[in-house]
Amino acid sequence: MTRSPLLDVDELSVAFTRRRRRDVQAVDRISFSLREGRITGLVGESGCGKSVTSLALMGLLPARGVRVGGTARFRLGGGDEVDLLALPAARLRDLRGSEIAMVFQDPLSSLNPVVPIGRQVAEVLTRHRGLKGAAARGQAAELLARVGIPDPGRRLREYPHELSGGMRQRALIAMAVACRPRLLIADEPTTALDVTIQAQILELLAGLVAEEGTALLMITHDLGVVAGLCDEINVLYSGRTVEGAARHELFAAPTHPYTAGLLGSIPRLDAPRDEPLTPIRGTVDDAIGWDDGCAFAPRCDRFAEDCLGGPPPMRERRAGHRFRCLHPTEPAPGEESEGR
Amino acid sequence: MSLLEIEDLEVHFPIRRGILLERTVGRVRAVDGVSLSVAAGTTYGLVGESGCGKTTLGRAVLRLVDVTAGQVRLGGVDLAGLGAEELRRSRRRVQMVFQDPLGSLDPRQNVESLLMEGLEVHGLGAGRAERRARVADALEAVGLSARALPRYPHEFSGGQRQRIGIARALVLAPDLIVCDEPVSALDVSIQAQVLNLLEELQRERGLAYLVIAHDLAVVRHVSDTVGVMYLGALVEEAPGAGLYAGPLHPYTRSLISAVPVPDPAVEDGRRRILLQGDLPSPADPPPGCRFHTRCPWRQEERCATDRPELRTVAEGHKVACHYAESIAAGEIRPNPPG
Repeated sequence: MTRSPLLDVDELSVAFTRRRRRDVQAVDRISFSLREGRITGLVGESGCGKSVTSLALMGLLPARGVRVGGTARFRLGGGDEVDLLALPAARLRDLRGSEIAMVFQDPLSSLNPVVPIGRQVAEVLTRHRGLKGAAARGQAAELLARVGIPDPGRRLREYPHELSGGMRQRALIAMAVACRPRLLIADEPTTALDVTIQAQILELLAGLVAEEGTALLMITHDLGVVAGLCDEINVLYSGRTVEGAARHELFAAPTHPYTAGLLGSIPRLDAPRDEPLTPIRGTVDDAIGWDDGCAFAPRCDRFAEDCLGGPPPMRERRAGHRFRCLHPTEPAPGEESEGR
Repeated sequence: MSLLEIEDLEVHFPIRRGILLERTVGRVRAVDGVSLSVAAGTTYGLVGESGCGKTTLGRAVLRLVDVTAGQVRLGGVDLAGLGAEELRRSRRRVQMVFQDPLGSLDPRQNVESLLMEGLEVHGLGAGRAERRARVADALEAVGLSARALPRYPHEFSGGQRQRIGIARALVLAPDLIVCDEPVSALDVSIQAQVLNLLEELQRERGLAYLVIAHDLAVVRHVSDTVGVMYLGALVEEAPGAGLYAGPLHPYTRSLISAVPVPDPAVEDGRRRILLQGDLPSPADPPPGCRFHTRCPWRQEERCATDRPELRTVAEGHKVACHYAESIAAGEIRPNPPG
């Protein structure tokens, strides 16, 4: 596609400041871009900064005690560009729910427990599209049907606790897509769901992207989910992107030892049963600051002295495949294998 | 005789209404007629989605819930017939590892106290010195050092806490450990460490496991035999190795097809069998085959009326479906969704 990206995130940083203690650098100069009709994955384990990234883009971080840096240029429906990180709160409120929407992990705590589903969906339509009364209700019922909720007329009058987990997540997606957003951020949207329900929800999201041309940012810890869904995948570790590539490229040639380590840690349903898992040793708590070297170094099997000589630069394996490692598991084309 | 034999186990919970005169208005059939056995030194993996009764079954093995009908026999002795004192003694032989290590470890007890408690309750080990030696041995077996002893649960990471939970079970030298979602609260890199640890302990100590989890890939990886539960009953039981290659029950097929495989080359070639709707309520299970309301291969005859028995179709492979053979042979096609 020759058009500019819908969202271009450049060196996004988020630090939580603490009194008399060192700041916590949750996100450390992350860059990626999203395009219409494409699904981009942010993958990583707890504490890698994937959720903080989404909250920063949505302007949902607390105003105090947080330092946000970098830019996130978003192309509006009219063609103008705005920096989401620098937008006044009132402008951002207009964008949230209309042009940009978000789906969270736990639908029960994202929905208001004392308001019927229908009114919560209609609220979005009233706020952003000025629909009222019967028009808003009718549209809400259509949206529920669109996300596969049977008998939407009855469901509109029900409260969140009367719906199953999968139905609640569908209702949340209905609210998110109510105003046909051009960017949808989904933060672990299926983690709380059973696997057969997860399959239904992923199918629904992929369908929305294909039909509406929405750009989807998929945040998850599950490499299995991104393998089937995402076009582009970024792997995060300790606040930084350690590897980014197109889906097939990443899984065929995992280049950062962390990516390779994750893949070796997951039991695969289609693997011979006796194939042993090769875990990554240590825990994420062992990470060192990126300024001192590679944060993954203390857990890495390919560790060498130079890993502690400052932050490793992002390098390119081939066009579109970036990695941040001095001793990658797969030698870059034209580079000799280091024979270790 | 297997170490653990469960026969026609039923665990029902009453639904009560009213404030003063609590009337029983219905029963949740959490476990509704399950038979299975676990041989010494082997792993039986029980997989199923939320509400299928797998956790209740695990709790019934320790008699943490009352058994409505059927038998749970440990080494030939029916636990349901035991008095309080005998039950307490038999619990040394069966221990449990829980999903949430933080929620299952008392935050005000340090590791030494957590591990000593069981030994003291069961009067194991002659004197404090021997108990300490046993505690140290269990800690070492799970990969923690003696430095952990004076520390409290909050000082550990999730993976380390799960190791403490395993050590607590291990210190009593049980024959069987019931592991209820042992790794689902952990990050994937840590999951693999804990799964490998469980396998290593089994090899060294001849432990048997009943592993209960929702993640089919995890269950299959650790289990010799896998049982698939749906709405309180087993629908299929097969050797871990054979399940992916030849699932027979329609629910197992859809479950397998829904599990994502971390490999785009595989994912692109897979066809998902999407189930319609949600799990029916276990308080009001459908008549006939419990899966017939969502089954893509549902037939007009029998499915809605006759409850299928779990029957043996091949060596070690059981299935509860009237039409398993016809479906496997491709004689019955799935109905179009909707």
